[in-house]
Amino acid sequence: MIMNNVINGVPLNYYILLSACIFTIGVLGVLFRRNAIIIFMCVELMLNAVNLLLVAFSRYLSDSSGQVFVFFIMAVAAAEVAVGLAILTMIYRNTKSTDIDMLDKLKW
Amino acid sequence: MITKYIFYFLSVLVIFSAMMVVFSKNPVHSVLYLIVTFFGIAGHYFLLNAQFLAAVHIIVYAGAIMVLFLYVIMMLNLNKEAEPHKPVWVKFAAVIAGGLLMITLVGSLRGAETMMKVNPANEQIGLVENLGKALFGPFLLPFEISSVLFLAAMVGAVMLSKKEIH
Repeated sequence: MIMNNVINGVPLNYYILLSACIFTIGVLGVLFRRNAIIIFMCVELMLNAVNLLLVAFSRYLSDSSGQVFVFFIMAVAAAEVAVGLAILTMIYRNTKSTDIDMLDKLKW
Repeated sequence: MITKYIFYFLSVLVIFSAMMVVFSKNPVHSVLYLIVTFFGIAGHYFLLNAQFLAAVHIIVYAGAIMVLFLYVIMMLNLNKEAEPHKPVWVKFAAVIAGGLLMITLVGSLRGAETMMKVNPANEQIGLVENLGKALFGPFLLPFEISSVLFLAAMVGAVMLSKKEIH
C-alpha cells in the first residue's frame, strides 16, 4: 500500500524542512563561533543536511543517482576533514591558538 | 503509524543536538553532540530504506571523522572553555542572518509540492545491489577519480603536518 507522495506517513516536504533547519544551524555555527574546529563541525553539519535531502529525494523519486552522489559527498568530506585538520594543526603550531580572528593577514 | 513518530523523534533529536554543537562551550561536548546528530541522520537513512548509506554514514562519520576531530582536540588540549567570544553585535547579526536564510529556504518551499511529481514505487533503491549497479555502471569514472582525490588528500595531509626541512 503506497500512498501518493508519502512514505511511512511522512511527506517529502518534511524532509526538506528538516534539511533546511540543519543547514541553517550549520550556517549559524559558522557565523557564531571563533574556534576553527567548531566551524569545521558546522561545515560537516551543512554537508549532512545536503546528504539527507539527496537521500530523501532519491527515495521519493525512485532514482539511485542521488544516493551515489551522497557516497561521493562523504568521500569528499572525509578528504576535506583530513586536509583541514592538518592545516589546523599547522596553524596551531605557529600561533598557539585555533581562533580564526587571529588569522587576518590576508584581510585587506 | 509508528514510523511517523520515529521520524518526529529523530528530527527533534537531530535538531536539538545540532543546536548543542553550536552552543556548547566545551569543544569535546560539541564533538559528542555531533556524534548524536550523525546517529540521528543515520536513523533517517534507515527510515528511507537506504541501509547501505546508513552503514557507510556510521562507519565514515562516527567511526573515522569524529575520531579525527577528538584526536585533534585532545592533541591541541582544547578541552577547556578558553575560547574568546565574538562581540554581542556579531552574534546578534549571525542569528539574524541565520533566521533570514531559514525564512528564505522555507519561503521558497511554498507551492513547491505542487510542482514535484514523486514516484516512491521502488522500495529497493537504497539496497547494496542497486547502488552497486549504479556506482559501477554510469558512475564508474567519478568513482575512480575520487580515488585520485583521496591520494591527493593523503599526500597533502602528510606534507602539511611534516616538519619543515631547513
